[in-house]
Amino acid sequence: MKGRLHPAQARVDAGQGARVLAIWNCLRTFILSVMLLACGPFLSGASEPPSAAAIAPPAAAAPPDDGQWAMPAKNYASTRFSELTEINEGNVKNLQVAFTFSTGVNKGQEAAPLVVGNIMYIVTPFPNIVYALDLSRPGAPMKWKYEPNPEPAAQGVACCDVVNRGAAFADGRIFFNTLDGHTIALDANTGKPIWNAHIGNINIGETITMAPLVVKGKVLVGNSGGEMGVRGWVKALDAGDGHLVWTAYGTGPDKDVLIGPDFKPHYDMDKGTDLGVTTWPPEAWKIGGGNMWGWISYDPDSNLIFHGTGNPGPWNPDLRPGDNKWTSGIFARDPDTGAAKWFYQWSPHDLHDYDGINEQILLDMTWQGKPRKVLVRPERNGYLYILDRTTGEVLSATAYGPVNSSKGVDLKTGRLIANPDKKTGTGKVVRDICPTASGLKDWQPSAFSPRTGLLYIPHNNLCMDEEGVEVNYIAGTPYVGMNVRMIPGPGGNRGAFTAWDVAAAKPAWVLKENFPVWSGTVVTAGDVVFYGTMEGWFKAVSARTGHLLWQFKTSSGIIGQPITYRGPDGHQYVAILSGVGGWAGAIVSGDLDPRDATAALGFVNAMKDLKNATTAGGTLYVFRLP
Amino acid sequence: MRQALAMLLPVTLALVACQREERDTRPQSALGSGEQPTPVTTLEPGGQRPSPTDNKAASFEANAFHMSEGKRLFSWFNCSGCHANGGGGMGPALMDEKWLYGSSIESIHATIRDGRPNGMPSFGQKIPDDQIWELAAYVRALGGNAPSSAAPQRNDGMMVHPSENRLPDAATLGKSP
Repeated sequence: MKGRLHPAQARVDAGQGARVLAIWNCLRTFILSVMLLACGPFLSGASEPPSAAAIAPPAAAAPPDDGQWAMPAKNYASTRFSELTEINEGNVKNLQVAFTFSTGVNKGQEAAPLVVGNIMYIVTPFPNIVYALDLSRPGAPMKWKYEPNPEPAAQGVACCDVVNRGAAFADGRIFFNTLDGHTIALDANTGKPIWNAHIGNINIGETITMAPLVVKGKVLVGNSGGEMGVRGWVKALDAGDGHLVWTAYGTGPDKDVLIGPDFKPHYDMDKGTDLGVTTWPPEAWKIGGGNMWGWISYDPDSNLIFHGTGNPGPWNPDLRPGDNKWTSGIFARDPDTGAAKWFYQWSPHDLHDYDGINEQILLDMTWQGKPRKVLVRPERNGYLYILDRTTGEVLSATAYGPVNSSKGVDLKTGRLIANPDKKTGTGKVVRDICPTASGLKDWQPSAFSPRTGLLYIPHNNLCMDEEGVEVNYIAGTPYVGMNVRMIPGPGGNRGAFTAWDVAAAKPAWVLKENFPVWSGTVVTAGDVVFYGTMEGWFKAVSARTGHLLWQFKTSSGIIGQPITYRGPDGHQYVAILSGVGGWAGAIVSGDLDPRDATAALGFVNAMKDLKNATTAGGTLYVFRLP
Repeated sequence: MRQALAMLLPVTLALVACQREERDTRPQSALGSGEQPTPVTTLEPGGQRPSPTDNKAASFEANAFHMSEGKRLFSWFNCSGCHANGGGGMGPALMDEKWLYGSSIESIHATIRDGRPNGMPSFGQKIPDDQIWELAAYVRALGGNAPSSAAPQRNDGMMVHPSENRLPDAATLGKSP
């Protein structure tokens, strides 16, 4: 156990180190800026990236920064790294509000704003209004808005607040999803709808909350509903007219999962015929989850998309003996046909709702002396995985916080070693399971800076008690079978912001936060990292040391994804949606009762004081230097 | 005589104890038929109309057996999936004093039977009518709107909140004694 928990120990060391480093860095920045001021033009090479920058995203997936922000992950490699440098470690403390905008929706604002040309695009939680703001005019007035008017009943089948994680821009169009299962293409200039594809059915519990990704003229969309016994899928819609090109299911026979002759998984546990049927009790795969409500990355060089699969349903594992393929894993697919290339299962026969849908950052790095094309995944089960993205081989899996639900990953078989002491089941209360159902990290995406070689991970620090109970499948109603109550993790801080040294596989520094860090993050070439807290602080910290450089208190808790862009005036801006909610903030956005420890699938028990810390309300904040 | 009286006393007491409540031994099992409309608002142009009463309501409300059955069904029909054990989640909390569509047992019955527009499904075709009444009676208990002598007294599993009969009485909550 002790060995498993060592990152917590590392956190303390890193914390002390960070303070010394912070002082040194302050001095260094000061000396450097004096030198720069003195010798100005002669020292243009003085801000060269350090040697740690041997790790970088593939150029085809992360082209040179054009100052825009056209997809939530910034680029296909999902680095959320901006090359803009006007705002940097030295001057970020002067940031001030440029303009604000109320979204008019009091639910959790998880979306990333987009900026293309002179327009900023925002998509709100249900009722999924899209706003276009004209950045070229003072105060960024509304250029157009589009109201899709989704079915109000959809709110009743959305598991964890009625969120939306953003839109995507491509070829003059804005693509976004609605809670009631539509994918819609709008003319980015006028806001007029071009096509509207109805692909989800709320009467079986299907919703869509994820941000689509546009790859090679196809809009990739996945469904939510892992808590409702919904069978997961990813669909590719033609960006031109919205017609369905392919559907890849997360469970079921190989032909439904688009597993064919090209499918070459690395590990034996993923080899066989129709494992999506045979690793389940009879017929259970039809209501077995494996949804795709998170992030997709794309590698143009190998022409592969990478996407995870959600938890198996129901949560109670006694009701679904077997490995429950292809849930809680990751697929590499051909974006043209959807054909699966490889698969790896993070959590076979998942015991704790460890969805496998987090972001994957595509990087090229030297691993044990050899250049490897990898993908990095801070996973919900508590491990930071480095996978060879051409084969699905696990190069390393290191806990990046307190984990006791498993005892590591067997690198020979690729299998997660479940801790039998923390195995859940019917009629049994298992206590102090770390991490929680919401994972050491949930959907909130991390960012990677090639300048520091660090992955910036916003995450949770929670543990839980679980009691498996019987559950009936009633279509369109929850199919969970688990009573959960969450508690703060070791140390008492419910959230953390970890800078992870990818090459060394250890934390460089860790910032503790009182509440789970449910916001995304962005890192810039100015060596500044931005993230938000659920109290409502929007923070800028040094990418090297974690030293707090600036913070601003917004009107509500932050669970959105910050972005940075170059405005029409040539200056750098930083934007964030404030507005608490999501699973972690459901106690506020859904006005839940903290006397019930199991409210919001147990999250409320860990968030009893959030109602005293913040209130609901969606507002866009945009910052710039004076 | 004294002996007979002495005998009679415990028998009478026992019988009185049994009289805490009555219930049909063979309840109707028909699906929710919606024979009586239930207004979804208290707003009535021109004044207050008489509050709706259903003759069934009285036999289910404040009835210990029906409420304990309701507690069981609350899990069986996945009510707990959305409303947790009263604190809410996908659906609103049922323990608090906020009622979007009315707190009367008739309103709650109508909510379960017919659904509500912002996400509450209609269960009229899934659940027998008497069981809907039992669920409604239990939901009243979750909010502290049932007498503590009749509300369910214990949770079978993990302690999720104090038992329903120990929840504060909604009628006096927030008021000075």
